[in-house]
Amino acid sequence: MSTIVEQAGAAAEAAAPERALRPPSYWPFVVPALVTVLAVIIFPWLFTIWMSFQEWKVGSPTTFVGLSNYFRLPADPRFVESVGHTLSYTALSVLLPLVLGTFAAVVFHARFPGRGLLRALFIMPMMATPVAIALVWTMMFHPQLGILNYLLSLVGLPPQLWVFHPGTVIPSLVLVETWQWTPLVMLIVLGGIASLPTEPYESAQIDGASTWQMFRYITLPLIMPFLFIAAMIRAIDAIKSFDIIFAITQGGPGSASETINLYLYSVAFVYYDLGYASAIAVVFFALIVALTALLLVLRRRAQWNALGNDT
Amino acid sequence: MSARSILGRLGLALGVFLIVSPAILFFLWMISLSVKFEVDNAAYPPVFWPEHFAWKNYTDVLSSNRFFTYFKNSLLVTGGATSLAMLVGVPAGYGIARMAAHKSAIVILIARITPGLSYLIPLFLMFQWLGLLGTLWPQIIIHLVVTVPIVIWIMIGYFETTPIELEEAARIDGATRWQVFRHVALPVAKPGLAVAFILAVIFSWNNFVFGIVLAGRETRTLPVAVYNMISFDQLSWGPLAAAALIVTLPVLLLTVFAQRQIVAGLTAGAVKGG
Repeated sequence: MSTIVEQAGAAAEAAAPERALRPPSYWPFVVPALVTVLAVIIFPWLFTIWMSFQEWKVGSPTTFVGLSNYFRLPADPRFVESVGHTLSYTALSVLLPLVLGTFAAVVFHARFPGRGLLRALFIMPMMATPVAIALVWTMMFHPQLGILNYLLSLVGLPPQLWVFHPGTVIPSLVLVETWQWTPLVMLIVLGGIASLPTEPYESAQIDGASTWQMFRYITLPLIMPFLFIAAMIRAIDAIKSFDIIFAITQGGPGSASETINLYLYSVAFVYYDLGYASAIAVVFFALIVALTALLLVLRRRAQWNALGNDT
Repeated sequence: MSARSILGRLGLALGVFLIVSPAILFFLWMISLSVKFEVDNAAYPPVFWPEHFAWKNYTDVLSSNRFFTYFKNSLLVTGGATSLAMLVGVPAGYGIARMAAHKSAIVILIARITPGLSYLIPLFLMFQWLGLLGTLWPQIIIHLVVTVPIVIWIMIGYFETTPIELEEAARIDGATRWQVFRHVALPVAKPGLAVAFILAVIFSWNNFVFGIVLAGRETRTLPVAVYNMISFDQLSWGPLAAAALIVTLPVLLLTVFAQRQIVAGLTAGAVKGG
């Protein structure tokens, strides 16, 4: 009796995957999001590309001008200058958080009392509303009344003009960017360190290696993939940084901190030159994609070398 | 305890102090600025602990007749953009995870690397054409650029790690795919829902660039309102710092209470929309 039931059950089970478990269509789950993404992401992009070939003066019809918006770019000193600002801002805003974030990850990997609370306080800058913190930084940068110059005077350093001088504005803004986004690098690298095997450390300890040696020769090579991910995310975010720069300097003094993103804003929503702004947006996007691709290539090469194929 | 381990502990304490103090000191200074009278904020050397507290800075900001309009606008924009994103994003994450349609996740990557401003140009024209510019709808809709990808991205990760066996069992019992989704998959993914919701709220609340272009006088969100306070006049620092603190306080509280979830979401790859 029981065997018959079992056999019947087994037969049903064998047949079941054919009938009941044929994968159902999941398209109905995806369609609403697909429509949304088409409307707010894909359509705007196609429209931007189309617009970049048009001359668009507010109040008059568009005229097709081919590539002439793109030809304007290399001859536009403000655009060329903004590319330079963007690249130096991005390079510094990747390097500094990467170094400091790695150090912070090593520290947070250790166990100490109050670690959870301190980590929460440490990540607060990246979650805080950018405009709000930009406002406070602006006050802190004030040459006469700002706290930063007071702190410099305590250690005997001369006062700075910070964001009020063309020569120091970009490093000053990078300081804010670093303060804000070092925690993100820390989180990514900490995830990497936490996943490492413990055996190499144990044997290194027996061999009498110092803490620095263990970091330099065990931790650092092993967390390279995580450093690359952190560098890539940081590069993408830094290159399109807007809130902090706009709220603190509006691209000034003069145009000393005007990045591509800020120039794009001016062309689009101050001068309403929408065709030209679209061309800038397309070139800007291409630059971000190129940067991302470059980092991916470097990463692949680094992994290749790590495998010992460095010929 | 050996000399070496004491030294190690001191080094660790110093390291912790070095990395955590910039964040803590900044927020303490922000609070200090917000509770001081103008005399103290303009004093040199700086006053850290005032003799008299200027609570008036806070009451002034809160009682200014437009504050609650802006607060309400921020609530509606963030609430609307987050709810809509959850509504379309959660099922989409489920569908993509179950179909293993990883290529569609690339669209989300595109949204991640594209500067927010480039969406503004065409959508601005579209809103103008639709006659929506005086309302909050343009901001709610454009915030979807930020919130929908975050929600989908995080939900894909969560649904991929939830076991499919439970769902198959429910299907054998005759449940439809919607019933399976609602009664089996969704409850299991609750932690993921919380992560997606919190991050979408934070990134929408913090957003500034969409607001400065799309918001009119009546439709400003809090970040835009705070920014406009600076460009307005040489306003005194106390009320300005108080306003800044009020805007970011909900996010800071959320960060302290939901730290674990936020970290999980951020390291899942969805960071900083806009």
